[in-house]
Amino acid sequence: MSSTTVDEHAHERASGGSLGHFITTYVFSRDHKVIGMQFLFSTLLWFLVGGLLALGIRWQLAWPWHGMPVIGPMLFSGEGGQISPEFYTTLFTMHATVMIFFVIIPILAGAFGNFLIPLMIGADDMAFPTLNMLSYWFMWPAFILIGICFFWPPYGAGNGWTSYPPLSAMIEASPSSLNAQTIWLMGITFVGVSSMLGSVNYMTTIIQMRAPGMTMFRLPMTIWGMFITAILQAFALPVLTAAGFMQLMDRLLGTGFFLPEGLIVNNSLAASGGGQPLLWQHLFWFYSHPAVYIMILPAMGMVSDIISCFSRKPVFGYKPMVYAISGIAGLGFIVWGHHMFVSGMNPILGMTFMVATMMIALPSAVKVFNWLGTIWGGQLYFTTPMLFSLSFVAMFIIGGLSGIFMAATPVDIFIHDTYYIVAHFHYVLFAGTAMAVFGAIYFWFPKMFGRMMNDSLGKVHFLLTFIFLNGTFYFMHILGARGFPRRLADPYDYETFSNLQPMNQFMTICAIGMVATQVIFAANFIYSMFWGPTVGRNPWRANGLEWTAPSPPGHGNFDFQPIVYRGPYEYGSPEVDADYYPQNQPPPDDVEPGASSSGH
Amino acid sequence: MMVPVLGVLTFVCAIGNIWPMNGGAFALPPDQWLPENISEAGGVIDTLFMFILYLTGAIFVGTSGALFVFMWKFDAARNNEPVKFTHGSHTLEIVWSILPAATLLFLAIYQMNAWAEAKLDRPTEEINGHEVPKPPLVEVTGRQFEWRIRYAGHDGMIGTPDDLHTVNDLHIPVNEEIVIAIKSQDVLHSFFLPNLRIKQDVVPGMKQYVWFQANKKGTYDVVCAELCGWGHYKMRGRLTVESRQKFDRWLEQQFAEQERSEFTPVAGDEDE
Repeated sequence: MSSTTVDEHAHERASGGSLGHFITTYVFSRDHKVIGMQFLFSTLLWFLVGGLLALGIRWQLAWPWHGMPVIGPMLFSGEGGQISPEFYTTLFTMHATVMIFFVIIPILAGAFGNFLIPLMIGADDMAFPTLNMLSYWFMWPAFILIGICFFWPPYGAGNGWTSYPPLSAMIEASPSSLNAQTIWLMGITFVGVSSMLGSVNYMTTIIQMRAPGMTMFRLPMTIWGMFITAILQAFALPVLTAAGFMQLMDRLLGTGFFLPEGLIVNNSLAASGGGQPLLWQHLFWFYSHPAVYIMILPAMGMVSDIISCFSRKPVFGYKPMVYAISGIAGLGFIVWGHHMFVSGMNPILGMTFMVATMMIALPSAVKVFNWLGTIWGGQLYFTTPMLFSLSFVAMFIIGGLSGIFMAATPVDIFIHDTYYIVAHFHYVLFAGTAMAVFGAIYFWFPKMFGRMMNDSLGKVHFLLTFIFLNGTFYFMHILGARGFPRRLADPYDYETFSNLQPMNQFMTICAIGMVATQVIFAANFIYSMFWGPTVGRNPWRANGLEWTAPSPPGHGNFDFQPIVYRGPYEYGSPEVDADYYPQNQPPPDDVEPGASSSGH
Repeated sequence: MMVPVLGVLTFVCAIGNIWPMNGGAFALPPDQWLPENISEAGGVIDTLFMFILYLTGAIFVGTSGALFVFMWKFDAARNNEPVKFTHGSHTLEIVWSILPAATLLFLAIYQMNAWAEAKLDRPTEEINGHEVPKPPLVEVTGRQFEWRIRYAGHDGMIGTPDDLHTVNDLHIPVNEEIVIAIKSQDVLHSFFLPNLRIKQDVVPGMKQYVWFQANKKGTYDVVCAELCGWGHYKMRGRLTVESRQKFDRWLEQQFAEQERSEFTPVAGDEDE
């Protein structure tokens, strides 16, 4: 009897303990890999949400004021199943907000940064594991607030992701500027807190926790991308946070930072004046322009690693690549004004920003040439990650070159705020970064889960996505050349644009195809996570330190102390017989005891 | 397996991207390319656009071509040569840094004149032997969700009680240098004339000017190009370019109509 009681107590304790264990291991985990995975799953789910929002926009542009079949009556029963002009502004605002703040930035820094940084530099975890955990859990207030502001009556927040005042800074300015906008601003502030916690951690970890022998110039390009990104975040983000608070105060306390004297909007007098609407644009773009590089530099790094691995050849011009990234980051701080060429900013200042903007194309060009140099003379294996990475390069060429049109100020007068810019940043962000992210998922999936994803399904996913993305985004260039403006719920009322509806319908069909294609990816991802073929430590025969850890790595990552002897790209080195040469493999003549690797 | 995938990839890229990007101007029907241009300054912008299109088009063909040739040539399924073990080339890096830098710098300087003419060099006229900025013919004010337009009355000054007010109906004489004062009454708008290649955001609290010379008669769109609220899409004006006589007659007509009507359309707008 008594023994049973003891047993029961023991059992209770044990189950309480295992629940606690479960929570600390998988929910409030301080392990960088689990946190990375949490970011990955959250951002992929938001990717789906953002994609569906994009389909809403595309539907309206293809068939304006037509009821959406099947789902229309469920979503907009009040408007007879069609999208209202108010809801249209909410759609594009939320699409951008979700894609930028909940997908691209956190999937690069949060998911891949967290998972890869300690593994690639040979550390057992991040420098500040608790801070790391908080950086994920501070995303949740943001998820919740942005989710709420989408559904907040009457129409959600709809001032564009740029939230230009006075429209956004005065509650009376528009139905989309009611309390939903306040909630939106608070949500963005939480994203900022999360990013800041992450960036401090990444910088410290990369500087302090590298394995013996891992000098800065032996870091993989991925880590360089993450490192520079973290610096950009740390310096630019406080400005956005401050600007967000200023707008909140304008809305709630009547401060008038962004409102000129005696402003009357929608028959309401502003509470105070003396401010300047352009001030917000300066502050906003001071963060959001570097954020553009935050959204691509880690992707460039990952692509460099993948291309080198599947070319079986060292990265061409490692140091110039590092300098190019640093150059992009440095110049990235002095080009924000190119978003404001026609904003009313002093045109002479515009010229200065124009020259800086032209110059930032240079390091981008250097990177493209070095990628070409990397595949030249290699042995190319067209695995799924390689296909995604090569398409990143091809698409980045288009996205980069189309940027030159906008940098040229006189041309920008015409194409500013048209679909030309929409084409440009979708080529860079979707055809560029998102494709690189897909490649990175296929590439590091075996390390994350110890199982391979299906390569044939991956190739089908790649091919369809590639075709549909060009079918969707390519024609935006032509719309832009026509002068077709962004953010119009019904552009066909204008004579100039009335003939462009068929082209938009074609784009919408491609967009639907593109979203549908992702079902293949989701199925492949989920199936492989549980039933894919298991792999050893180094399925790609790659050099990086992460490939010497078990798949998946246990807590503490490495079951030995990694010591680094060389850079991460010694593929095809004449020093060894194998066509790869892991970073921790001692040189052949090195007989130093205790430095032996357990690479395989 | 890899060759057909690669082939399709190349094909899609070539057809999907190279053809419209460079041939777009010719292959597309003209009503789906740059809208009709009716001013000289607009022609400068179009020329610059086409120049950049050809320049970037050539770079695109070169780099993408190299990418696909390399992908074809160094496919492991076909290429048996050992990997060229190299970490880069100092000479190449210098060459492909200096060439784009020079091109970009050239481009930056080349376009400065057009920018200055569009945004800095406001037309002048001579009054009493002094060069003064040309006064605006008309003032356009953006407001949710319409363009309020104001011509000087018989006193020749805008901002006096005898002004002529219209809404969304902008008339200008052809073949004359026109200055328009633009401003906003409430939130940001953008005054966009696609056929004149004119775009300028209007900001509450700021008064700005655009200038151009339209050299073709007709009716054209006035577009709002900056999000200004839920009704942004319907903030549509019309620009009528007509001969001087017709324009003067139109002004007289409108003025007579305004005098006849019992109330002035824009009451309480006598600020400044």
